[in-house]
Amino acid sequence: MTPRRILLGAAGAVVVVGVLEAVSRSGLVDETSLPPASTVLKEAGKLAVDREFLVDVGATVREWLLGLLLAVLAAVPLGVLLGSVPLLGTASRALVELCRPVPSVALIPLATLLFSSPAQTNMSLIFYACLWPILVNTLYALRDVDPVAKDTLRAFGSSTPAVLWRVSLPSAAPFIATGVRIAASVALVVLISTELLVGGDNGIGIYLTETQQGGGRTDLMLAGACWAGVLGLLANTALIALERVAFRWHAARVEGIA
Amino acid sequence: MLEISGLGHAYGTHRVLEGIDLKVGEGELVTIVGPSGCGKSTLLRCIAGLVPPTEGKVVLKGAPIDGVPDDLAVVFQDYSRSLLPWLTVRDNVALPLRRRGLGKAERRAQAVKALASVGLEDAAGKYPWQLSGGMQQRVSIARALAYKPTLMLMDEPFGSVDAQTREDLEDLVLQVHRAEGMTILLVTHDIDESVYLGDRVVVLARNPGRVRDELPVTLPAGRDQIGTRADAEFVRLRAEVGRLVRGVVKDSEPPDATDAEDADAEAVATAVEEPAKK
Ligand SMILES: Nc1ncnc2c1ncn2[C@@H]1O[C@H](COP(=O)(O)OP(=O)(O)O)[C@@H](O)[C@H]1O
Ligand SMILES: [Mg+2]
Repeated sequence: MTPRRILLGAAGAVVVVGVLEAVSRSGLVDETSLPPASTVLKEAGKLAVDREFLVDVGATVREWLLGLLLAVLAAVPLGVLLGSVPLLGTASRALVELCRPVPSVALIPLATLLFSSPAQTNMSLIFYACLWPILVNTLYALRDVDPVAKDTLRAFGSSTPAVLWRVSLPSAAPFIATGVRIAASVALVVLISTELLVGGDNGIGIYLTETQQGGGRTDLMLAGACWAGVLGLLANTALIALERVAFRWHAARVEGIA
Repeated sequence: MLEISGLGHAYGTHRVLEGIDLKVGEGELVTIVGPSGCGKSTLLRCIAGLVPPTEGKVVLKGAPIDGVPDDLAVVFQDYSRSLLPWLTVRDNVALPLRRRGLGKAERRAQAVKALASVGLEDAAGKYPWQLSGGMQQRVSIARALAYKPTLMLMDEPFGSVDAQTREDLEDLVLQVHRAEGMTILLVTHDIDESVYLGDRVVVLARNPGRVRDELPVTLPAGRDQIGTRADAEFVRLRAEVGRLVRGVVKDSEPPDATDAEDADAEAVATAVEEPAKK
């Protein structure tokens, strides 16, 4: 990101905060249902050092990362298998296309039946939601590996596993990473939704529910929601940065073509 | 060393090659010329065992090939796609040397040596996408040379290098061929090049691809860019190959050219051809 882009982004955020502040202060809407942005930000600042809220964030982050990790561990090998064995790829295609659009929130009732603890329920739903973007990206990336590159290694006498390891996997890696990044954002959405719907002991979603008990504190709820947004932003930025460093050759090529 | 008999290939219903018979002796450098689309690349893929031919067979050192033969290097026509963009130029060249059982340092040293032979020692640490097309092509030639195969297949290896570099690389191929005793099959669409490099020139015809004729190159083994190209024998051979290739162009117009029509077309081609002009 260039300084100019960072500056513009910050300016955009400041304008939106200003508008929200003005709307709330003007009395156009009820101040308790839409508290002024400055109040929300102040509460968000307090939450950053609130021990109980940090426990909630910790629980959410843990389930988020574990669910994502499990999905990566399952989806990447499965995608490699389906993407490199055409017969299996074709056979599984209909099933993948059928399961992929099922929203994981629709599976909450099933997951609560299958798993006793809310943490397990949450992770199983994250796992389901993350499986598809990673699986589909891996599968198509493997299918689209340049045949000339594969033939080159074959011609020099490499075995099929060696070609997979030295050509197919490295050339699919940037697309797999993109799948993981997409899955990470999806996972956070799914996790907070299930926390809201399923309940449990700790989690950002649980915190949001608690702010609405006994009178309801919209300012605290919005402050919690801000932090959920920050988590998503941080994860996305970190993963993009990682992709840039690890797959410099890919970025250079894509920019070269563009 | 290499014996191809009755080889034919079809992609689906599209017949690309038909009835190819070709023998290549140990240590021979055979050039293959033909119009584009006549199946030259397909023929090399069949010999490399990358594509199983739909008819006929390829016998290498007495054994019919089934899969990629050992000790083979291919310089692909799509040189840029055949280099791995996540590896440096040096590591691209060094990669096939793993099969030679060499240590990492040794592989890299040989890679750098091969890169120096194509004039790219300074590019060793760069990535392929940081190089021009001509430089990438030289990297893929260096990779094949570093491997020191007993059989080398080269598919239009000098297509995108400038004229000066091209002459240098032609001489490099001749020198390696002599020094290492490598058997080389080189595909080109350049008639001069086919004569300059070849011990023998095989001319292919199109639709479907087949061997039109073979010419032994009766030039001395030691060749040089200026002297050889001015040699009366070189001029005669070039005209001869040119006629054969042109004949192919003429007869591709009627869809079902018979051999008799071929002969006519050749006669016409001979009449219009100015000798010694490319
Ligand atoms: N993988 C493929 N699938 C289908 N058709 C192909 C394929 N590769 C080449 N062809 C066709 O076969 C013919 C010969 O191609 P090729 O061997 O590349 O010729 P050349 O190298 O002489 O230009 C062309 O008509 C081309 O379109
Ligand atoms: Mg070709």
